[in-house]
Amino acid sequence: MLNKEQLWEHYEKFKIYRDKILALGNDSLEKTIAIALSLCFICAILVSFSAVALKPLQVYNKDLDMKKNILDVAGLLVEGKDIDSEFEEKIVAKLVNLETGEYVEDINVAEYDQRKAAKDPAQSVRIPKDKDIAHIRVKAKLAKVFLVKEGDAIKSIILPVSGYGLWSTLYGFLAVNADGQTVQSINFYDQAETPGLGGEVVNPNWRALWKGKKVYAETDQPSLEKGTIDDASSGEPALSVIKGVVEPGKPGSQYQVDGLAGATLTSTGVTNLIRYWMGKEGFARYLGKVRTTKEG
Amino acid sequence: MSAVLSSETKKVLTAPLVNDNPITLQVLGICSALAVTSKMSTSLIMALALTLVTAFSSAAISSIRNHIPSSIRIIVQMTIIASLVIVVDQILKAFAYEVSKQLSVFVGLIITNCIVMGRAEGYAMKNPPLESFMDGIGNGLGYSLILIIVAFFRETLGSGKLLGIEVFKLTKDGGWYDPNGLMLLPPSAFFIIGLIIWAVRQWKPEQVEKVDFKIMAIAHGEGGHH
Repeated sequence: MLNKEQLWEHYEKFKIYRDKILALGNDSLEKTIAIALSLCFICAILVSFSAVALKPLQVYNKDLDMKKNILDVAGLLVEGKDIDSEFEEKIVAKLVNLETGEYVEDINVAEYDQRKAAKDPAQSVRIPKDKDIAHIRVKAKLAKVFLVKEGDAIKSIILPVSGYGLWSTLYGFLAVNADGQTVQSINFYDQAETPGLGGEVVNPNWRALWKGKKVYAETDQPSLEKGTIDDASSGEPALSVIKGVVEPGKPGSQYQVDGLAGATLTSTGVTNLIRYWMGKEGFARYLGKVRTTKEG
Repeated sequence: MSAVLSSETKKVLTAPLVNDNPITLQVLGICSALAVTSKMSTSLIMALALTLVTAFSSAAISSIRNHIPSSIRIIVQMTIIASLVIVVDQILKAFAYEVSKQLSVFVGLIITNCIVMGRAEGYAMKNPPLESFMDGIGNGLGYSLILIIVAFFRETLGSGKLLGIEVFKLTKDGGWYDPNGLMLLPPSAFFIIGLIIWAVRQWKPEQVEKVDFKIMAIAHGEGGHH
């Protein structure tokens, strides 16, 4: 380590060089290079300092926002209650292998980030073009689902969904009952659709329309007892966002949600992402297992 | 106020509000004025961010203006502006997460906002730091003023709300107001800004630009000799 005097000496030397350079003509090569380098140095310190110093706060914000969204879709978001402790108390996160529908226990759930995993070739799979109805191209092999339990019984299953709308990929959660069939709620936490049109996917009034809708036709519910869900007649979701307003009481209306006015492409995007993620490529196997084994 | 500020600082602070407004007179910074004004809350944050970036970048550039080699002048300005914008973006993500999510890429795009570069090149390169700082604040406020006016019309007419609070009850919620969907799309800001420019130039005719050239009337008898 340098002592104070040595440091002072270095500083004196630095001052001499600095004054020499500053005295040079502005357009001399030496000064141009010196100014460019020192400017970059100072700016780099400024930028990296702010990025590093604020990182913990940013991570915390992001995490809190995610927890808030999960509590919201589970219907557990209560004004004034601490989000962290509520989440800790009521929500269990689990990893599901999408191919088998089984839980994966040997990976730390808390550290797993499904969106990051989807971008990592080792942890994701490319979706064949003909099956990629949600236009997401790749999906993580493991999905992070959240369970709300009451005693031993599952109260809600919260599934991460994503798909392309008009301008952006919509990321959200769909909460279903333990029957894997009845919708409790849906919310989108990340989207950049047209505000006021497609952006209305976040409107509480529209989201409320989803409550009680059914995902699968009665005969098409994924289950283990019916044999395999690869059977063509089984495990295909029927739920969709239609154009216009659903007529209550009409046959099939339990599988339909009102379209967003003026946002046909976003509405179609939502239908596609539900079809994809609730289908065999998505959570159908997992839901079949949960329904049949009643295990969470 | 006049006791504290010299006449020059006062001038650079107030002139950009109406007489020399960056949007209505200089027609700079239109891109973000279209993009972020569908809501008042995002407009306010954007206005604040841009004002701070313009002020601090102008002050920083001005303080080293006598040593900036002319061959790398623009790059030096860009580096300073870009660094400040990244810092602002990081601060927003840490302290105003919701808003930073809505503003998404537009905070980053302050870097390319013509007002910031324009003030750096046009004012800060020739004037002392304090005046440059004030000039940045002034131009930021001029930009903010237009953004707030545009956002006021777009949010109230487009979604019946102001700062997220309902002002007109919408028909879809059982009220009387049928929102104007165009107001939510970026082109509507063109119309509003156009109307503002027209109104300002009616009020202050000296802002009307001189016509560069006149289209000559075609004399009769010419043309048509085929």
